[in-house]
Amino acid sequence: MSFAWELGLFDYLLLAAALFVIGVCGIFINRNNVINILMSIELMLLAVNINFMAFSAYLHDYAGQVFTIFVLTVAAAEAAIGLAILVSYYRHHKDINIIGISQLRG
Amino acid sequence: MNVIVARNPVHAVLFLILAFVNASAIGIMLGAEFISMSLIIVYVGAVAVLFLFVVMMLDISYQQLKKSVLHNIKLGLLVGFTFWGLLVVVLAQSKFLLPSINKVGQLVQRTNTELIGLDLYTKYFFAFQMAGLILLVAMIGAIVLTLSHAKPVRRQDINKQVSRKREDGVKLVDVKLGQGVKL
Repeated sequence: MSFAWELGLFDYLLLAAALFVIGVCGIFINRNNVINILMSIELMLLAVNINFMAFSAYLHDYAGQVFTIFVLTVAAAEAAIGLAILVSYYRHHKDINIIGISQLRG
Repeated sequence: MNVIVARNPVHAVLFLILAFVNASAIGIMLGAEFISMSLIIVYVGAVAVLFLFVVMMLDISYQQLKKSVLHNIKLGLLVGFTFWGLLVVVLAQSKFLLPSINKVGQLVQRTNTELIGLDLYTKYFFAFQMAGLILLVAMIGAIVLTLSHAKPVRRQDINKQVSRKREDGVKLVDVKLGQGVKL
């Protein structure tokens, strides 16, 4: 199943942590752009997936990969809902500046 | 990994695709072929295309966004470096606590997909159904949110057509000689 142990678990965890930090930075750097925030969230979920896969390969347990599928499902659903909200917001207001989004009631 | 610093959001989406492909390659290195393939199919095939579609559909000016990026970049870098340091410290400490099960290749006769399926449909069946429910809710929610009644199409109203009388459409006018008909 797994052969490449020249790269240890630590390296994979470091990569996933770097990806996660990039996602967090992205949320903080462009706080005005909802699309970029959604993409940053996707990056963070990808880091979680890499962590799951690394531990699954490390412990020889397939539960990690099964949970990766679940994370994938939730990420896809979240992206779809977020973009749908964005589209319907854009129809109302003709821009998607997040500073103006403080009223969401009707 | 400059998804977050790209000026043009289309470039950002393309870099996101690059990141997903890289993660998929890492998954193949880890021996998780099924996950890697579904990562490519789901993300590159569906989510990234969705992002691209929305980015191109919402045609937004990015002049004012550029200013605010410069305003936020200090805070972002501060938070990022703090978090990164924290994570590295935790990882470096927890490296020695992990159990070192390192037996390579326990001669599995089954493929990766088969093993995932064996777990997914037996042990995690409830969670699997919940995932399906989440997808259903997401699909219905997206349809409901984006369905617009702004410009309705012309529909055939059969009841209105049948109940139409002769008097609604035709008017008999007695026309005098030399005068027109005023409509």
